[in-house]
Amino acid sequence: MTRVQLVHLAHARSGDKGDTANVGLIAYDSAHFDLLREQVTPEAVKAHFGAMVSGPVERFELPNLGALNFLLHGALGGGGTMSLMNDAQGKVFSTALLRMEVDVADDIAAAVAGRGRVPAGWSPKDGGTS
Amino acid sequence: MNVPRPVRIASGQGFWGDDPEAPVRQVEGGPIDYLMLDYLAEVTMSIMQKQRSRDPAAGYARDFVPLMERIFPTCVEGGVRVVTNAGGVNPVGCAEALVEAGRRAGVAGRAKVGLVTGDDLMGRLDELLAAGHELANMETGEPLSTIREAVQSANAYIGAAPIVKALGLGADVVVTGRSTDTALTYGPLIHEFGWRAEDHDLIAAGVVAGHINECGAQCTGGNCLIDWWEIPELATVGFPIVEVNPDGTFIVTKHPGSGGRVTRASVTEQIVYEMGDPKTYITPDVIADFASIHLEDLGDDRVRVHGVKGSARTDFLKVSIAYAAGWKATGTLTYSWPDAAAKAQTAAHILKTRLDRLGHRFDEIRVELVGWDSTHGPLVGEPPADLPEVQLRVGVRSGDRAAVERFTREIAPLVLTGPPSVTGFAGGRPRAQEIMAYWPALLRREAVEAHLQVEVREV
Repeated sequence: MTRVQLVHLAHARSGDKGDTANVGLIAYDSAHFDLLREQVTPEAVKAHFGAMVSGPVERFELPNLGALNFLLHGALGGGGTMSLMNDAQGKVFSTALLRMEVDVADDIAAAVAGRGRVPAGWSPKDGGTS
Repeated sequence: MNVPRPVRIASGQGFWGDDPEAPVRQVEGGPIDYLMLDYLAEVTMSIMQKQRSRDPAAGYARDFVPLMERIFPTCVEGGVRVVTNAGGVNPVGCAEALVEAGRRAGVAGRAKVGLVTGDDLMGRLDELLAAGHELANMETGEPLSTIREAVQSANAYIGAAPIVKALGLGADVVVTGRSTDTALTYGPLIHEFGWRAEDHDLIAAGVVAGHINECGAQCTGGNCLIDWWEIPELATVGFPIVEVNPDGTFIVTKHPGSGGRVTRASVTEQIVYEMGDPKTYITPDVIADFASIHLEDLGDDRVRVHGVKGSARTDFLKVSIAYAAGWKATGTLTYSWPDAAAKAQTAAHILKTRLDRLGHRFDEIRVELVGWDSTHGPLVGEPPADLPEVQLRVGVRSGDRAAVERFTREIAPLVLTGPPSVTGFAGGRPRAQEIMAYWPALLRREAVEAHLQVEVREV
C-alpha cells in the first residue's frame, strides 16, 4: 500500500451556503470511487480539516457521477458578507480537501502518479491559446 | 414524421458582473430560442436595496438595460426570448428602463416586456409576522423578531408560474425580481412543452438544466479543475446552451467555434457546485433528485443528460432576508524576504496591541498570510523562513463603527512604526463596509402566491 494525495485520484469543486462550505469530490476514474467512499468518510474529512471546520461534516453520495458531496458546517467565519476570510465563499476548500491522503495499492499509486498536476515541461504560454 | 425539435436555452450571465460580452456572443453565435440571464446571488438583493435607498430609480442590475439596447433588435428578429431576474428589488424600474431602451433600439411596436412583481416582502413583513408567520432562521431557528429592526430587504424565491404566464401573454423579455435561478431555465420549458405541475420528473429535469446553466461558463471550462491547463481558448469561452426535449432529456453544449470545453467532467463539476443533499434539491416547483442524473459524453462538446427523477414540491417558499449586522474592514501590507512571514506576524501583533490599548473591541480580528495560509489555513503548517514574500491581511468586524473606522487608520502607520521590509500600501486606507448578513427563512407559499402579479407592456 502507498499513501497518495487525493489530488491524484479526484477533482473537486466547492461553494458556499451561508456558513457552510460544500465540496464535491469527483473520481478521475470511476473504478476508484469505492476506495474514495471507503476512506474519505465524514469522520476522516472532519479530522483532515481540523480547526478549519467548527461544526459537523456531512457526506452524500452521487454514485452515477462517481462523486461524493461534503457539507462542512461552520467553515466560513460566519459566511457571506459576515466573513473576514480571504476565501469567504469557500471557493478553494475543494483543493484543501485534495491535500488529504488515502491508502491505495502500489499499482494504483504508480498509475495515478502526476495525475491532477500540470505536466512536466508545460509552460503557461502553452495554455489554451493553441 | 413530425419530430419536435429541442428547445435551446442559452445562458448569458452567471452573476451580476459576469462577462458583459457573453450574452452578445450567445445571440450572435448561432441559433437559440431563449437567453436566460441570472444576476442574483444571496448578497445581491441587499446591495440593490442599498442602491435603491439612495436612488428610488435604482435597485436592479443596471448593466442589463444597455445590454438589451444592444441585442434587442437581434433578439426580436431572430425570435430569441429573454428571461431574467435582473429586476432585483425594483423590477418595475427595470421594466420601464427596458421599454425605453427598446424604443431607442428601434423595436417599438415589435416587442413586449413581461413584468413579474410580488416577491418583495419588505412592505409586508409586519403583516406577515402579525399573521403568525415566524420567518425563523432556517439554520439557527431564531425568530425574525430578534433582528426585525435591522432588516434591509426580504424577498421570496418564486417559481416558474409567473414566467410561464408572461410568456403565454406573448412577452419577448420577462423581467422578474427574486425568481429562483433555475426557474429562468425551466420556466420557458414548462411554457414550451406544457409540462403539468404533477410531471415531477420532467420539471426536475428542467431544474437540472437550470442548475447547469445558472453559473454561466462554470460548466463549459471556466473555473474547471480537471486538466485545466489544456482547456482551449478560455479568452472566448462559450457559455452553455441546453437543448431540451419534451421528454426532459437534454444536451449541454455551446456554440461551435467558441472557446472552452464541454465534457462529462466539466458538467459534473458544475452539478456538485453549491450542492446540499443531492437527493432533495428543493425548488418552488419540484424536489429534484440530483443523485438520479445520468451523463453521457457524446464528444464534440456535447453531453447528454437523462434519467432525472423528481417528487412533489413542498408547501413552503424560501425567503431571502438581508439585515444590517455591524461593520468590517480589511487591510493589507506586503513583507519581503528574509523572514517575511515572521515580520508580517509581528506587525499583526503590534496592530492588535495598539487597537487594544485604544480601547476598541472587535467581535473578530482575523490575520491571514496571503501567499502562505489564507486559503488552506493550518493544513500548510508553519511558513518557511525563506518565503520570498508574503502579504499580511488583517480583517476586523465589530458592531461599533468607530472601532472599525479607527482600524482603517492603523494600517499605514505600520509602514514606518513596525517591522522592516514592508511595501504595498499604494491602494490607500482600507474602507469600512456595513455588513449585510443573510437570514434564510421559510414561508407558506400561499402567503406569497396570492400577491404575484404579471403584466405585459408594449415597447
